Amino acid sequence: MDGSHKARRALPTLLDWPVVRQVRDGDFLGRGRAVTSPTTRSQTARTKTADRVVQSICPYCAVGCGQKIFVKDEKIVQIEGDPDSPISRGRLCPKGSASEQLVNSPVRQTQVLYRAPHATEWTTLDLDQATDMIADRFLETRRRTWQDTDEDGRLLARTMGIASLGGATLDNEENYLIKKLFTAAGAIQIENQARI
Amino acid sequence: MPGLGASFGRGGATQFVQDMANADCIIIQGSNMAECHPVAYQWVTEAKLRGARVLHIDPRFTRTSATADRHVPLRVGSDVIFLGAIINYVLTHELYFAEYVRAFTNGPTLINEDYADTEDLDGLFSGYDPERGAYDLKSWAYATADDGDGDGDTDGKVGEAGAEEHGVEKREAAAGDQHGSGGPALEHARVLRDDTMTDPRCVLQILRRHYSRYTPEMVEQACGVSAEDFAYVVDSLVTNSGRDRTTCFAYAVGWTQHTLGAQFIRTASILQLLMGNIGRPGGGIMALRGHASIQGSTDIPTLFNLLPGYLPMPYAGRHDTFEHYLTSIASKQQKGFWVNADAYAINLLKAWWGDAATADNSWAFDYLPRINGSHNTYATVMGMLEDTVEGYFLLGQNPAVGSSNGRMQRMGMAHLKWLVVRDLQLIESATFWKDGPEIATGELRTEDIGTEVFFLPAASYAEKEGTFTQTQRLLQWRHKAVAPPGQSRSELHFFHELGKKIRARLADSTDPRDRPLLDLTWDYPEDEHGDPDAHAVLQEINGRYLTGDKAGELLPAFVEMKADGSTSGGCWIYTGVYAGGVNRAASRKPDAEQSWVSPEWGWAWPANRRILYNRASADPEGRPWSERKAYVWWDADKASWVGHDVPDFPVTKDPAYRPEPGTGGVAGLAGDDPFIMQADGKGWLFAPKGMVDGPLPTHYEPQESPVVNPLYGQQANPARMVYKRKDNLSAPSGTRPGADVYPYVATTYRLTEHHTAGGMSRWLPYLAELQPAFFCEVSPELAAERGLENGGWATIISPRAAVEARVLVTERMTPMTISGRQLHQIGLPYHWGVGGSDAVVSGDSANDLLGVTLDPNVAIQESKASSCDIRAGRRPTGEALLRLINEYQSRAGLTVETGNTLLTGGDEADR
Repeated sequence: MDGSHKARRALPTLLDWPVVRQVRDGDFLGRGRAVTSPTTRSQTARTKTADRVVQSICPYCAVGCGQKIFVKDEKIVQIEGDPDSPISRGRLCPKGSASEQLVNSPVRQTQVLYRAPHATEWTTLDLDQATDMIADRFLETRRRTWQDTDEDGRLLARTMGIASLGGATLDNEENYLIKKLFTAAGAIQIENQARI
Repeated sequence: MPGLGASFGRGGATQFVQDMANADCIIIQGSNMAECHPVAYQWVTEAKLRGARVLHIDPRFTRTSATADRHVPLRVGSDVIFLGAIINYVLTHELYFAEYVRAFTNGPTLINEDYADTEDLDGLFSGYDPERGAYDLKSWAYATADDGDGDGDTDGKVGEAGAEEHGVEKREAAAGDQHGSGGPALEHARVLRDDTMTDPRCVLQILRRHYSRYTPEMVEQACGVSAEDFAYVVDSLVTNSGRDRTTCFAYAVGWTQHTLGAQFIRTASILQLLMGNIGRPGGGIMALRGHASIQGSTDIPTLFNLLPGYLPMPYAGRHDTFEHYLTSIASKQQKGFWVNADAYAINLLKAWWGDAATADNSWAFDYLPRINGSHNTYATVMGMLEDTVEGYFLLGQNPAVGSSNGRMQRMGMAHLKWLVVRDLQLIESATFWKDGPEIATGELRTEDIGTEVFFLPAASYAEKEGTFTQTQRLLQWRHKAVAPPGQSRSELHFFHELGKKIRARLADSTDPRDRPLLDLTWDYPEDEHGDPDAHAVLQEINGRYLTGDKAGELLPAFVEMKADGSTSGGCWIYTGVYAGGVNRAASRKPDAEQSWVSPEWGWAWPANRRILYNRASADPEGRPWSERKAYVWWDADKASWVGHDVPDFPVTKDPAYRPEPGTGGVAGLAGDDPFIMQADGKGWLFAPKGMVDGPLPTHYEPQESPVVNPLYGQQANPARMVYKRKDNLSAPSGTRPGADVYPYVATTYRLTEHHTAGGMSRWLPYLAELQPAFFCEVSPELAAERGLENGGWATIISPRAAVEARVLVTERMTPMTISGRQLHQIGLPYHWGVGGSDAVVSGDSANDLLGVTLDPNVAIQESKASSCDIRAGRRPTGEALLRLINEYQSRAGLTVETGNTLLTGGDEADR
């Protein structure tokens, strides 16, 4: 901010009358700087002070609007439309505009939870322990429900004991690993929202 | 998807959303685009500003209607009558684009003499097998003078590639899904043609007869659309199609979620081919999808019946050898790029099993498990109830709220041994055991539920890197913004870890069943947080040279894939996304710095082509149809196809080129065969293969309908998939006793402010505040009939459930007059659920009302039309709720047979 600005603020003059400010700043409709208060002028947008901006894509519908994610101190501080995107030209719908609340939700679960059979409440688990338990159950179910062949002796090489649902909100690379691992394990009942 | 795939050879949207701005007319039907895809809708607005006419044909008046030039309200489920009548009109009045149809479609192609139409058989095509409730497709075949086996005998039909499969077999495999990137296979392309299109057996003449009774009067009577509105729509389409003008269609799940959903899309495909609007700027059919990577999750499918790149999962008894498998996908004698399916399959097997996949073991084909039925998600839930399914993973999906017949979903999960839920929030599917609706009714008790539940917090889209494939087949890479919080991890991380742990546990196994896991290529580099490198996965998907000078280099294009094990690639249609070692999905040249086609923003499959079939944007000789609609054309000096996009055609193939008769593959494509994934190179007005419920779309009523089919004795789709179960009862239709117990039609839909089952929206204060509560939209007339008050409560009762909703009385819902009777439709947004932890808003789920009856091509449920009753006031709670549902069921006399008789032709009492 230059010196003349400071001088004006220190000593209100006729020049600070709103209508004069409008004319002086060229804000003839009175929708811009001319009608901002000193408090507003003293604030800085989070998008200006971010440490970095990352290009991303909206996670909701399949239009694929471009997003810019603003990060400060390793925390997402704002998510906005990306004006460079030829698809969305900077625009986001209400869902896309709310993306920051999706990632920063105060009630978002970040802890592994476990409900034992017949239990009435959750308990917590360590992530690695949970993954171990899932791997054990996966293999146990697979062993118990394995089908080598059908009644006519034709190859099946599968389990009907394991199923999965989901994928339309995930990345291609993730769907690829899911399909690859499940198929190699003989688990065929893999489905996602595209069926629905 | 097969609606597009069987017509054009690929199941994806034919164009990109920006191209809608080039349309002279946009017809939105089966979608509320302005509210469900608001940002894409700017291109519709752009078209309108350039002078285009926009029409919205939909049961409900929405913001799409408000911004359209005209809203045409239409009875739920009557779309085939409406579009079929337009087809009839343009044929009768010779208003179709004859030159385009003759050159680029199968309009001139002859069908064999055994074919009989629904006009001859009261709503059935030839080949219906009442025992199996499905069609034998043989009699729909193209005619030929030669069956190609060299022995001189012929039955006059062009058969399938490989063994003929009965419709029931295709239905079980949801075989329609296989046409995502390659059309239905034929044993060869030596078809008979009549270029005058006057032979009574040619497709165009069959089309005329098939739709001859689809008249404006029928539209008025059965769709509830006035003759004036109908004429306006026809005029808009006809005056905005042809050499110099193009019309675009847009649809969404308003078309797919029906027992003949794929045929709705086929009807639009036929119309767009007749009007010459495919492959051209401002034309096409825009398939709008509701999930960020729903196209990607079928391209690289987390689906039971597909492998990456739309290769089928092998089916026991039909694909027992690799040769049988390959010949069923495509014949070497048919035309186009699908003949190289052997290379695509071998490259996938090499990507997965590396050195363990050799020519000697048929590239590890027997490492693939076999399907032998319709293992769709609903069948899986029935498997849970029968205790055959023990373990279940939910990966960002919430079936307790988002799937039809929610009670069946929750009861099924209560039978599981173990359940893994990976999500951002504690969604209803994670907590059904403590707070689901069945706990409230007393049907389930927490202490009795033996399901072990693991909730694993997931990384959000901003906390991982990777690609989404959008509705326009566009792969866009997302960069990682921050690390996921706490114990949250990406699916990439979780499945990589799970795979490592499983493989470690089996490391010493000598059991042959464990070989596919132990031989699996699973050595992705990890970063310091243990996250596997998503770039490495995308590179594997893209594919590599394995041998020779270029060994280790990434493949530039799928045409480089070899069938000899010298290349690998996990999904052939994505080959090229990493060409030259550059991640093209991350291309981000700003909009302002490139052409309107934006080839350097993201990467579209196949081969970065943005408008598919774009060879059809030029006339048979390769000249633009008009200067105004020039897009891709033949440059004789350069001996090359050139233009604004990557040509979707062999780039040096002269338009005048004609192959030797009988030539298969890419060489078999003539210079005027724009549909390069179709077995005959043409757009299919008539689908001799590929659709299990008819070669031409035919109107059938929904599974539940208060209306008697006005066209045929056959009431509903005779090939639909019904599940006769006490927990899945259907309402009687038409004039059957009990139909009046559920007299209204319900149709479900989405709101701008919510996302499907709400897991990504009901926990967000902004969105929850904007749309806080489940409501039902009713007309003032229905409100008066049932004493409903705006803002008050209503209870909606179906044969499956009763739910309560706030009442919104609005003229946006139009009572329809159908065959002289007033018919009311009720709109139900479906985003809310009961249970879950910490959601800002909750409420009853509209999906609880719905039953499970499926489209036979793709096994998608009929969410968009069902029968119900509505009454003022809140629903009862506890056991009293069950008594209410039961009271309705017994008053209507429901049994598991009700509504589930497939064949009803001729017998009025059975309808």
